[in-house]
Amino acid sequence: MVELTQEEKAILNSELGTTGDKTALSIVVKAAEMLGAKRLVKITSSHIDGCLYHGDSGVLFCENLAKNGAKAKVPTTTNVGALNFIKTNQARLSSKKLQMARRLMDAYINMDCTPSWTCAPYQIGARPKKGEQVAWGESNAVAFANTVLGARTNRYGDFLDIACAVSGRAPYYGLHCDKNRNAEILLDVTDLPEKVKEEDTFFPVLGSVIGRLAGDSVCAVSGINKIVSEDQLKALCAAAASTGAVGLVHIIGITPEATNLQHVFGKERPKEVLPIDMDMMKRAFHKLSQTKQAGTIDCVALGSPHFSISECRKLLQVSEEKDFKVPVYVCTNRHTAQELEAQNIYSKLERLGVVFIIDTCVVVTPILPGSGGIMMTNSAKFAHYSAGNTGYRPIFGSLADCIKSAQNGSATLNYGPWK
Amino acid sequence: MSWCGQVLYSGTANGTVLRLEAPISFWGGISPENAEVVLENHPQRGVKITDKILIVPDPIGSSSSAAILLELLYARIAPKGLILGTNKDAILPISVLVAEQMGWNTIPVIAMENPTFKSGEELEIKTDGTIHCI
Repeated sequence: MVELTQEEKAILNSELGTTGDKTALSIVVKAAEMLGAKRLVKITSSHIDGCLYHGDSGVLFCENLAKNGAKAKVPTTTNVGALNFIKTNQARLSSKKLQMARRLMDAYINMDCTPSWTCAPYQIGARPKKGEQVAWGESNAVAFANTVLGARTNRYGDFLDIACAVSGRAPYYGLHCDKNRNAEILLDVTDLPEKVKEEDTFFPVLGSVIGRLAGDSVCAVSGINKIVSEDQLKALCAAAASTGAVGLVHIIGITPEATNLQHVFGKERPKEVLPIDMDMMKRAFHKLSQTKQAGTIDCVALGSPHFSISECRKLLQVSEEKDFKVPVYVCTNRHTAQELEAQNIYSKLERLGVVFIIDTCVVVTPILPGSGGIMMTNSAKFAHYSAGNTGYRPIFGSLADCIKSAQNGSATLNYGPWK
Repeated sequence: MSWCGQVLYSGTANGTVLRLEAPISFWGGISPENAEVVLENHPQRGVKITDKILIVPDPIGSSSSAAILLELLYARIAPKGLILGTNKDAILPISVLVAEQMGWNTIPVIAMENPTFKSGEELEIKTDGTIHCI
């Protein structure tokens, strides 16, 4: 049985709050029962995964919540939707689907969610602190919140995410609780050459390896002793959450609660210690390409998770303002786009041949032309989902490789340490 | 013969078993439009899950799977009952909770370790989680 507070009982008995509040809390409490949680935990923020249109039923449920007065009780950001609000014809959806997708997004706005439409809410100010209890959805955002920010969330998905946001509470289980945050396995990259760890591609490749080895368990990674940028950590988390159901990776020295190995394993010893060697890394690098790593390409896709301002700046700088022969899709959010405009980067990139995809991305909704082709990307997450979702076969490489390939119109890889 | 599982969502059902022979994520694996298995290379590709007692030994995949099951419930083309091999994340039963709140069709969802039921068997699920072979 889930133990409820007086306030929670009053909401369920319709003595407090709106009908929408009651519906949301009923779902959270029943989910808590299913998951074996003894109580609920108050949360300080939420990120809604369920913003993509999968059918009318989800739209009707959200509209019903909104109509019955449900409002998010905590700051709540929204994940990517199925369309670009500004250029609605960018997504090749039927007018009926476009309309329903738009209604779903409107319902979230009506529930006081912040219309952020991004898979990287941590880039636009949604940054819970160490130990904060939150209810986030979207696999990369969950991994980032736990791993990089030290906040506490499980992997919340469609319907439970908005129910938690409206209730201001989540079932107290899994990664919300101290005892479940200890690592079980240790992955050691100490013996990898330091030069490899300086490569940008090191992080998404390592993330892919982590996801395969950790599955849905909590793991620790030791041997990264450099200053690591947030973009690199973002790439690592997204990759790990694509190949595995990873919610938390303790990167020793980086994850706020992972100052040393003892903190991470508590009194237990690791169940398994696995040294990561170059062979494993090379295999993972090449596995990210699903076609021969040469020949003409149809496009370059960047920004899964959404491209940051610093990544856009790097794109402009490395391209040396030489035009692209194939479209370079840069997926990002409206806040970043505004900042890029203010810094005069947006139009410069557009002139080179960048096509900005705002509020959504090329892998979650039909944007890429035709029914297939070859896509070059520096994102392990795009590489993982592209073929299944879009028919485009990925070639994986560094940002510099992507830029050169776009300028040549054909895959141009400098394999570096991955040869 | 009878078995007892953990009730995730209580209800009654009787019908023919369809056992998923390979892991599947409802999102990307089951069509929300006609309830067919659509995953490429899945041994049961083309099979409809409508009106079956669906055995899912190894529920995997995207949290958007909840949206697909809700769509099946709404369109009245869902299975009659679900028997899951694990209950780690409650993704599938969440959609039954939502269907209940909307006044749509609901189905019993039971979790039990290593369900051994085979396709073609006839089962009855009771509200307390007992399952009988009929």
